[in-house]
Amino acid sequence: MEKKFGVYICKGCGIGEAVNIDELKKTTAGGAKIAAEAIREHEILCSPAGLEMINNDVKEGTNCIVVGACSPRVKFEEFDFPGALTERVNLRELVAWTMEPNTEDTQSVAEDYLKMGVVKLQRGDLPEPKILEDLSSTIMVVGGGFTGLTAALESANAGYKVILVEKEAELGGWGAKLYKETPRTYPYDKLDDPAVFGKIKEAEAHENIRICKSTVIEKTDGQPGLFDVTLRTNGSTETVKVGSFIMAAGWKPYDATKLGHLGYGNPNVITNVQMEEIAKKGKIIRPSDGKEAKNVAFIQCAGQRDMNHLPYCSAFCCATSLKQAKYVREKSSDAVAMIFYKDIRTPGQTELFYKNMQNDPGVLLTKADVTGITDAGNGNLYVEAENTLLGEKIKVEADLVVLATGIVPATRAPQEYLDGLAAATLKGDEAKKNYIEGTEKPEFILNLAYKQGPELPSEDGYYGFADSSFICFQYETRRTGIYTAGCVKQPMTMVDAASDAAGAALKAIQCVEHVAKGIAVHPRAWDATFPDPMMIKCTSCKRCTDECPFGAIDEDEKGTPFFKINRCRRCGTCMGACPERIVSFKDFSVDIVGSMIKNMDVPDEGYRIIVLACENDAYPALDSAAIKKYKLNPSVRIIPVRCLGSTNLVWVTDALSRGIDGLILLGCKYGENYQCHFVKGSELASYRFGKLQETLTKLQLEADRCQLMQVAISDYDALPKMIDDFVARIEEIGPNPFKGF
Amino acid sequence: MAENKKVLVIGGGFSGLTAAVETAEAGFEVIIVEKTPFFGGRVTQLNKYFPKLCPPNCGLEINFKRIKNSGDIILHTLAEVEKISGQEGNYDVTIKLSPRFVNDKCVGCNACAEACPVEMPNEFNFGMNKTRAAYITHNQAFPFKYVIDGKNCKGTSCSKCVAACKYDAIHLDMKAETINVNVGAIVLATGWEPYDVTKLDILGAGQIKNVITNMQMERLASPNGPTDGKILRPSDSKPAMNIAFVQCAGSRDENHLPYCSYICCMASLKQVTYVREQYPDSTARIFYIDIRTPGTRYEQFYRKIQGDQNVTFTKGKVARITEDPATKDVIVEAEDVMSGKKIKARFDMVVLATGMVPSTRAAKIPGDIAYTPEGFVAAASLNKGIYAVGSLKSPVDVARSVQDATGVAIKSIQSARR
Repeated sequence: MEKKFGVYICKGCGIGEAVNIDELKKTTAGGAKIAAEAIREHEILCSPAGLEMINNDVKEGTNCIVVGACSPRVKFEEFDFPGALTERVNLRELVAWTMEPNTEDTQSVAEDYLKMGVVKLQRGDLPEPKILEDLSSTIMVVGGGFTGLTAALESANAGYKVILVEKEAELGGWGAKLYKETPRTYPYDKLDDPAVFGKIKEAEAHENIRICKSTVIEKTDGQPGLFDVTLRTNGSTETVKVGSFIMAAGWKPYDATKLGHLGYGNPNVITNVQMEEIAKKGKIIRPSDGKEAKNVAFIQCAGQRDMNHLPYCSAFCCATSLKQAKYVREKSSDAVAMIFYKDIRTPGQTELFYKNMQNDPGVLLTKADVTGITDAGNGNLYVEAENTLLGEKIKVEADLVVLATGIVPATRAPQEYLDGLAAATLKGDEAKKNYIEGTEKPEFILNLAYKQGPELPSEDGYYGFADSSFICFQYETRRTGIYTAGCVKQPMTMVDAASDAAGAALKAIQCVEHVAKGIAVHPRAWDATFPDPMMIKCTSCKRCTDECPFGAIDEDEKGTPFFKINRCRRCGTCMGACPERIVSFKDFSVDIVGSMIKNMDVPDEGYRIIVLACENDAYPALDSAAIKKYKLNPSVRIIPVRCLGSTNLVWVTDALSRGIDGLILLGCKYGENYQCHFVKGSELASYRFGKLQETLTKLQLEADRCQLMQVAISDYDALPKMIDDFVARIEEIGPNPFKGF
Repeated sequence: MAENKKVLVIGGGFSGLTAAVETAEAGFEVIIVEKTPFFGGRVTQLNKYFPKLCPPNCGLEINFKRIKNSGDIILHTLAEVEKISGQEGNYDVTIKLSPRFVNDKCVGCNACAEACPVEMPNEFNFGMNKTRAAYITHNQAFPFKYVIDGKNCKGTSCSKCVAACKYDAIHLDMKAETINVNVGAIVLATGWEPYDVTKLDILGAGQIKNVITNMQMERLASPNGPTDGKILRPSDSKPAMNIAFVQCAGSRDENHLPYCSYICCMASLKQVTYVREQYPDSTARIFYIDIRTPGTRYEQFYRKIQGDQNVTFTKGKVARITEDPATKDVIVEAEDVMSGKKIKARFDMVVLATGMVPSTRAAKIPGDIAYTPEGFVAAASLNKGIYAVGSLKSPVDVARSVQDATGVAIKSIQSARR
């Protein structure tokens, strides 16, 4: 596209009072090499008259529009020029509202920002989506239990083809083993029949659903829209093409043989899963002698909320035991159910079911620390407990004990195996070989042919659940196009699993729709740019393949990185990682930001500091500081970046060699409870920065000249001072010795 | 093939926004109506989310950005649905748009608020401070456009804001208007209200100054709240160093809310961290029936707080809360059910973990919709093409609201697909 520039400066909102607009126009024309007549001003640029001025130019062919006005976070509807490259230069929040009016410093900040805005468009281009060929919109659902069936039906009912893969010979999972379900509707007093059988029937009859039973995934290759999945069914294999995945591989009950301290091993000590099987057959018959159980004790949190077993709570066991207490009571009117709990957890309206059960005189409940289950003779058992509501120490006889055991996600065993493998690999080839030979390999689920590993990575410290760390965004995994649902993600009730399955189905649909348009998925769901590496200059150092938070980059046979565009989330981490600086997006590249830095003024006297700010959190926080009319240090120049992960160290070294005195990387919290929406961006930036600081020291440049600060969007009160403190530290160190060279 | 129908989302809180943006990103047009002047709902009043302790405005910022870039979402604030008729795939809806008195020319400069002579209680901060009748709720509000409160504004006889506005953005003669839309599906996401604390007689009935609600605590701890984030007790603005949290304040109580409000245990545990972080020598005591922290992350969070020496957990329902008239300290009487002992303890401030009431308990949605006695939408009996989200069906946390809103989005596109 032949570029025709228009630079538009707003004088409203205090900009005209803080900055000499005539000077600004003049210096921009010179510094940014723009014809003076292409630079216009307006009293209120966002007013109809101001916009008309711009639109008239657009009609005349202007296609690169630099708007020097307010923050890009506001007036986005007004300054929207489809088909043109538009850059919003934030003269209001970052200059007029945060700088002393009419000073030399303030003028210089405004000039720099405007020049940088122009340079950005001079170096950038309009994005053109890259749409890959032969895309599939079929959705693969992994797991034929309640969650998987729900996800399959929701996707199919929305008009998408579905392939449902179940490793067992029958559909239904744990949901099909239930006798009854916890009440789902008001007044929460009647047990419901299991819902899963209706879903099986519906799925089997659905024209959009293909069901593959006794089937496992041998290999998953490719990327969203173009996944090649090799399925193995009873020894024969077949490769199918799908667009996206819903991973609903479910859970296993915790291994009750580890619960000897709670009497497991005695035939009359059973798990909640076994209780369902018994109830399904009829009367509550205890295993040892076929006698009907009349005094049934339920031990909650059996091997749960227990650091020696499962440290977490499985979320549904309280309601499950209440339900099973109802089995006991309904099947025999003179039977008694006793529930020993730590806390009864029936959140929300499930509380009404709890209340109904509390009103049954045949159901006894007490908080208790169960200390042991011992043989009472005749097949009966004693439940011994402390700290109960019935006394400090009690001993109660029961003829059947039900342990409320918890769930272990299907992803846990593969994750543990892979963690072990990674640890062994670090120790060397020999250790790796020994590990592989000496460790039983668990069943893998997806078998991804990804450089970064065969399964969905689970988060450290979350027991192998394939969960999202983001409260606001529940379907964020680190493998694009693969969405988890149900208990593989978090322990959850069936009501929650149903809505979770529907949500995952929607995300899977969005994914195939977006790759069909050549745009990204969450969180940059509108973005038509993509990383376009100049492979001829690639040295195959593999930093990009290692660092991509989403495993988007594989390697070909020769070890050369191979970008799988549809897995890419457009964070730019690869761009930041690449020492050869070959990765670019149309509107965001090493060159674009580098050129912006090269074009800012570096004063001989005084200091110049660059702030590279995460555009998701740090930048809005700066805007908010401006709204509160805090002053920002006029030595700093703020450059928003997609994510700190996109920070290429060449920006830093170039800046320092130009005489810029210091750099701040302003990004999100990392580590535990990280807030980076690209998972690893700020962490990787910090890692790279650490390396850089060593280099600086070698160059006899103070490492303090560069600092990464972790901030949240709510840190607007603290930010100005954090920046001031940094500037003060730089002043202590003194000017950059390279200044003037 | 006929064109897909639009989807209407009623309610612009986090559930409604999620439903809207997820539906739009699946390729459908969405209309979203919000009753108040701003989007974001309850979560904009929160300081941090549990269990990550991250600020809600972060996720909102991303969703607002998604909305800005989507182009398929029509936003209406100060909008209320007056009538719904039709059936799945073809609903006619009448929406009343109340005047904002501020048009799109507003630049957010604050001149109107500075000029406005009318002071009114700041509802966004639960009345803990005052605001002007020309206002914006907070510095990250969306849309970033002021509003004139029609009830409190003195109108054209004053017009000081009109004179102060350099941008011709204020028109005090704006009138309400009515629009009609045709949509294929409707999402109900009108959220919840905190339970009315004045009904809690034994807990002070809202009359004791230093007894506040959990939502007021969020505002106190928020950097954009009435105290700029300092946890100061209302009577004398002194740091609240010794705080009691009273769980199930109205919830799990046949006289008030028979259900459990889901979020209050985690909310109080989270608020304990606010206090403990702000004042290292502070102490907190939690009176509870059961601590409900289901799942992995919540239980882990609970365990972490249990490890704090300055935090005490007492299982027992609070019998009475009174005020020491001299010091304005708060006296809490309770029974420790584990020991059977009666407790009488003094605190600087008490936080009542008041529960969730579905907005539909008071404000019914026009149309053929069934409710439970507590005012929740009886989801199973909804007409096809109408879907309720999150806390309208049962109390839930933000994470589950997001799951549910995303799940409802697929239901909507099933109904809106032609």
